[in-house]
Amino acid sequence: MARNKNEASQEMMQGTLDMLILRTLVLGPAHGHTIAHVIERSSEDVLQVEQGSLYPALHRLEHRGWLTSYWGASENNRKAKYYKLTPAGRKQLARETNRWQARVAAIARVLCVEPE
Amino acid sequence: MDLRHFFQRKSEDAELKREIESHLQHEIDDNLARGMSEQEARRRAQLKFGNPVRVREELWQNNTVGFFDHLVRNLRYSWRTLLRAPGFTLVAVLVMALGIGATTALFTVVRSVLLKPLPFKDPSRLIRLYEHSADDKFAYNASAGGVFAAWKKQSTGFSDLAILSAGYEYGLSGTDGELPEKVRASECSWDLFPTLGVAPALGRSFTASDDQASANATVLVSWGLWKRRFGGDPAILNQPIHLDEKSYTIIGVMPAWFAYPEPGVQVWTPIQHEESPQRWQEFDNHMFRVVGRLKPGVTETAATAELSLITRNLHDQHLDNPFISKAANSRPLLEDIVGDYQTPLYVLLAATGFLLLIGCLNVASLLVARGTARRKELAIRAALGGSRWRLLAEHLTESFLLSAAGGIAGLIFANAAIRWFVATRQDMNRVEAIRIDAPVVAFAVGLTFLSALFAGFMSSLSIKGNHILASLQESSRSHSAGQSQVRMRKLLLSLEVGLTVVLLIGAGLMLKSYERLRTTNLGAITKNILTMHLDLPQTKYSQRPQRLSFFETLLARVRSLPGVQFAAFTTAAPGEGYDGDNGFLIQEHPPLPQGTMQFAIHRWVESSYFEAFGIPFLRGQTFDQNQRLDNASQVIISSSFSRQYFGDENPIGKHLLTLGERPYQIVGVVGDTRYEIARPAQPTMYFPFYSGTEPGGTLVIRSTQEVAALALPVQQIVAQLDRELPVSDILTMDQVIGKSTLDASFNATLLVAFAILSLVLAAVGLFGVLSFIVGQRTSEIGIRIAIGAQRGQVLALVLSDGLRPAGIGLLFGLAGSVAATQMIRELLYGAQPLDAGVFVGVAFLLLVVATLACLLPAWRASRLDPIRALRIE
Repeated sequence: MARNKNEASQEMMQGTLDMLILRTLVLGPAHGHTIAHVIERSSEDVLQVEQGSLYPALHRLEHRGWLTSYWGASENNRKAKYYKLTPAGRKQLARETNRWQARVAAIARVLCVEPE
Repeated sequence: MDLRHFFQRKSEDAELKREIESHLQHEIDDNLARGMSEQEARRRAQLKFGNPVRVREELWQNNTVGFFDHLVRNLRYSWRTLLRAPGFTLVAVLVMALGIGATTALFTVVRSVLLKPLPFKDPSRLIRLYEHSADDKFAYNASAGGVFAAWKKQSTGFSDLAILSAGYEYGLSGTDGELPEKVRASECSWDLFPTLGVAPALGRSFTASDDQASANATVLVSWGLWKRRFGGDPAILNQPIHLDEKSYTIIGVMPAWFAYPEPGVQVWTPIQHEESPQRWQEFDNHMFRVVGRLKPGVTETAATAELSLITRNLHDQHLDNPFISKAANSRPLLEDIVGDYQTPLYVLLAATGFLLLIGCLNVASLLVARGTARRKELAIRAALGGSRWRLLAEHLTESFLLSAAGGIAGLIFANAAIRWFVATRQDMNRVEAIRIDAPVVAFAVGLTFLSALFAGFMSSLSIKGNHILASLQESSRSHSAGQSQVRMRKLLLSLEVGLTVVLLIGAGLMLKSYERLRTTNLGAITKNILTMHLDLPQTKYSQRPQRLSFFETLLARVRSLPGVQFAAFTTAAPGEGYDGDNGFLIQEHPPLPQGTMQFAIHRWVESSYFEAFGIPFLRGQTFDQNQRLDNASQVIISSSFSRQYFGDENPIGKHLLTLGERPYQIVGVVGDTRYEIARPAQPTMYFPFYSGTEPGGTLVIRSTQEVAALALPVQQIVAQLDRELPVSDILTMDQVIGKSTLDASFNATLLVAFAILSLVLAAVGLFGVLSFIVGQRTSEIGIRIAIGAQRGQVLALVLSDGLRPAGIGLLFGLAGSVAATQMIRELLYGAQPLDAGVFVGVAFLLLVVATLACLLPAWRASRLDPIRALRIE
């Protein structure tokens, strides 16, 4: 697989974006636009998703078998591609969440040691 | 997983496009809801999204498997560039097709005839057995019936031992108004087929009870005869056919692929039924072939040594008979059948390999020329960081495409070539086995691959990825462009010329050898002489007076035909083969010490035979008219016979005693004739044909004009005398010699064709290279002319530039030929491998052709307008 050369320019780490997408879809299937909005709003606009980078991530997750997709009608009655979490995807979400929390805890410990 | 997405890239991209559109629409809807204008809504949405093209690119990239992508892209690009230069592409593909096709065709022949095991059960255990004569002159002699009987009874090394004869023909009578014909036959012991491990396709094989003198006559027929003569009707089984006027019952039909012991055998009969019982007691009459299957665990050497011992015992028990062999010899059956073809076929295969190599060199040279135009582009790409391997891969792709197209065309060409080969060489053993099968196709694919690698690699050697600056500066006025390419093309050309010279010399030697063979003096006249074979069947002509009467009437009637100058009969004409010999004693000479043998070729001829063939009488004269039946007591000897056994003595009046017969008086000495065109004449003794002991042979007719026109009238005379009598091998003497030199003629013709092809390729290559050089040196030549060089000087300059690599190639080729021609030494008749005439002739030919090829570009160069030349950049 070719390397993603634009990694450095992304505002978020690739793995984190994947995790957020999976989390968003726990509540039910959604299409790309909705997912982007949800992430922005839930994080209270702290996390600005360059909306374009969402799609490669969505496709990657689909290729890995953590999401499935189908075309359907959106709220505005437009055609949109919906993504749905698979059981394997749920398991992956649990794994990623644990890993994230462990990492956060570790960083927090390091920060606490530093003199204020 | 990855590959699936790779192939679905396009459709996934299309879907993503729709997805992005949909996303933007949703965002625009939201913006409109927030109260923006149509234009503003769209602008904000697009800003927020980012660059859709980059998104699609990213997905595309993720789906791409690098290697495949490059491959497909390279292929498409090369395909387009090749189509844009149709002339070059066509020529290159043709050249490759020629080389690959010829090599594949010859490989098919070599594989089918020489390498594939025989189509019998466990063929590596089958061996052919021979007798080794007491005087060591014949190490691989045919076997005598009595010796075979002893072998069969006493040997322990073989699970099966069978005997057979070859070269005999029966007259197959016509039924229902069909014409009689001669069919090639083999008498064999009943266990030949079990020994080989072959069963008939229809019916049954012989049993031991069939193979007896008292049994009913049975016969096995070939598939071809069954289809052709009996319409492929299975009801033919157990029906009678008439061979030599005797009734034989067909008990089986052999499979289509079975052609043992020689191609064209049509019937097999049981040997003990056909031959008289005394054969199995003869130890000195070497008439038969013996084939054996080794017992498991027994080696060929051990089994043969045992047979040698048995033979030695027989020899020692009959020391007075010098014609009894003293040992046995053996060869694997495959080698026995195809051994003679090994050298010529391998030589031809090597020649096609050369042709292919020359073709690849040519294509490589052409690729270098094409690469030259892209030199700057490649240098820039290399400077920008393009990997060397990437550039090389692109270069190789073109060569692969050309090779692939050439390979496919080559296979088609090979198929046609093989059909032609099989049709022309029906005389070759195992010719029926030649066909294209899977290993051959694999070979062709492998050849294609190798050719592509070779041509591509050679031409890429001139791409100097590291001399970027030099390449970019190349077309400046300070020095000529493309030096490395020019050097590479010159090198390729030298190699081409070298290989061509080797081929030319080989072909020249073969041609000279064939010419010598063809024009060898047989010792007899060959112009306007017609021959045909006929044999009187035993049943109808069992008495000698009957035979005599037939032949006398036949000759009288033939002589009365208009245009017939001479007509005669002989058991075998000059050039028709050995046909047999007999031992003899000279009555007037002292007796021979025990164990020494004297033998000479024997023939029975009608008295005007010598006149018909223009064979001169050195002493004496031909037979008297009274030499008939029991009165036949005269003999004529050949000149070499007289020299060897009589020296300076006058042989006329002396008597010869042949084994077991009364004395014959020598009445004449005639000039030598060759029994085979390639072999020197052997001592020969001629007996009167009208003794009636021989049932048939060759009818000889000499005419004053075109003799082929007499074929039909003579056949009609024969039909008048006996409607059932078949006549065969109606050939003029020229055709007889042509048949016996078919092998040499075929090999020489093919080799000459290959040599000429390579010469053409080399000449065209030379022309191309020199035009290329002139193109590269245009500005330099322009400068030279501008500062005062004469046209002639420029001509000489360019000519020498072209002739130098040709000359180097010539020298290498001559040196290489000295070694290479040793390979074909045994194929050469009368010509030495280091024949000065051929070497000099080829060198001369090459120089002439090279000069002609260089002339046009050199002339063009000398005619350059200096102003225009200097303007070219």
